[in-house]
Amino acid sequence: MRLAGRLLTPALLLLSNCSGWQSALDAQGTPAQLLEQLILGIIAACAVVWLAVVAVLGRALCRRRPPTGAPLVLDERRERRMMIAVVAGIAATVVTITGFTAASFMTTRSLAAASPADLTIKVRGKQWWWDVEYAGSASQPVLKTANEIHIPVGRSVRVELEGDDVIHSFWVPSLAGKQDLIPGRTNVLTMRAERSGIYRGQCAEFCGLQHAHMAFLVVADDADAFRDWARTQAGPAAPESSDPLIDKGREVFLSKPCAACHAIRGTSAKGVTGPDLTHVGGRRYIAAGLLPTTLGSLAAWIADPQTLKPGNNMPLVPLAPEELRAVAAYMSSLK
Amino acid sequence: MKASGILLTLMVILSGCQREERELRLDPPVAAALDQVALMPNGISGAPPQVYFALGQPYEANAYALSEGKRLYSWFGCAECHGKGEGGVGPAFLDGWWLYGPEAVSIFASIRDGRPHGMPAYRDKLTTEQTWQLAGYVRTIGAYSARTAAPGRDDAKQTRPAENRSPAAILFDEGPTPLHPDQGPEP
Repeated sequence: MRLAGRLLTPALLLLSNCSGWQSALDAQGTPAQLLEQLILGIIAACAVVWLAVVAVLGRALCRRRPPTGAPLVLDERRERRMMIAVVAGIAATVVTITGFTAASFMTTRSLAAASPADLTIKVRGKQWWWDVEYAGSASQPVLKTANEIHIPVGRSVRVELEGDDVIHSFWVPSLAGKQDLIPGRTNVLTMRAERSGIYRGQCAEFCGLQHAHMAFLVVADDADAFRDWARTQAGPAAPESSDPLIDKGREVFLSKPCAACHAIRGTSAKGVTGPDLTHVGGRRYIAAGLLPTTLGSLAAWIADPQTLKPGNNMPLVPLAPEELRAVAAYMSSLK
Repeated sequence: MKASGILLTLMVILSGCQREERELRLDPPVAAALDQVALMPNGISGAPPQVYFALGQPYEANAYALSEGKRLYSWFGCAECHGKGEGGVGPAFLDGWWLYGPEAVSIFASIRDGRPHGMPAYRDKLTTEQTWQLAGYVRTIGAYSARTAAPGRDDAKQTRPAENRSPAAILFDEGPTPLHPDQGPEP
């Protein structure tokens, strides 16, 4: 009893990792579910094979060797039985491996031939953040954001993946398999969330110093919430506010080097090197999943990006304390 | 005898533990002191502050500082005017012709305060530390002597000798034609 308890506790602890917002074993999207079925099927088949091998091995160990006569005298019946066992073993191996190959082939083919997409999103991997651009259509305005992708539930989304500097890999374990972002070519991934929720994604190809801090969120909303989000995101930032601190922040942002790399629609900031900040205050995290978006974390990030995420491509811009407070307040107001 | 052999090996292995210091952020008083360069009245040449030597002249010999300088060079658009050192709208660095002298303080002052004929002042855009990093890097582009410390390698195609190979010396050794015929055959 106590032994069973001791074994069960770690097993349960390990199993608790199987769910959550970033788990291939907690699939919430069609492609991820197909992949999950594939891997569970392969594990089940392998478990059966392992048990069969161990059973045969155990039997061979327990069985007594029959007394043998002269070693060169062949026993016809025994020879035939041995040959049948070996041939059956090889045949079973071939059948199993062929089955795995076929299952894997069918699954990956069905991933590629997904239903026509309702929405196309272009994702560009950069060191170390994700540039997201929604292609326009009649019901969907063109919009740019970063590190947070919103999708409607139950709709197929076509994600066009492009690399900008080095190879990255787009992986939302709960929704789809991995797909690389390679500079100079466009890879396509179809994603579909069956349940609303927030799913975490992560770069899955080592891409440099801050590879571990290159995360993003996929937020699956119902159709109405998604439309509202898209409408807000497509609009420009509020031109002025009632708070003089925020107005000062805008002024500082536009006069300092910030505007050389970042764009805020509705202002003169049109930089394209860094993430689009038009609605940065409305995103859940800043700096590709590094810190939750709060006034404090925004100020900390602007004050010293190289200490929080060493090696990233945002330089420290010298700001006086009151300028820093104003810029952080402005960023946080950009909902 | 055997013990001394083992000791020697251990010491050699231990020396591998030493790693170059990476100063992510200077103490504010140190940074403030680094800004106090004593320039000559004409704004050319002069003496760096004492603290520069106390720190061990990190901006010329520290690979991390040089790499940061290289990043600042691209972030702040230096290449718009100076290219990858070959010049353009602004003067070249690669030829080793320093209009205001080759000292680090002169380059620091050029970046911080700007110079006539188009060089803007970066006083409000860069911290003192960043200005020194950038000055140290710019100096390696037109260096006459090879350095042991090097910034990160270019990801793009190489168009000139690497910074730690004393590009100026290589370019000047190539032929007798001076790159600035109007200014004389030698720098």
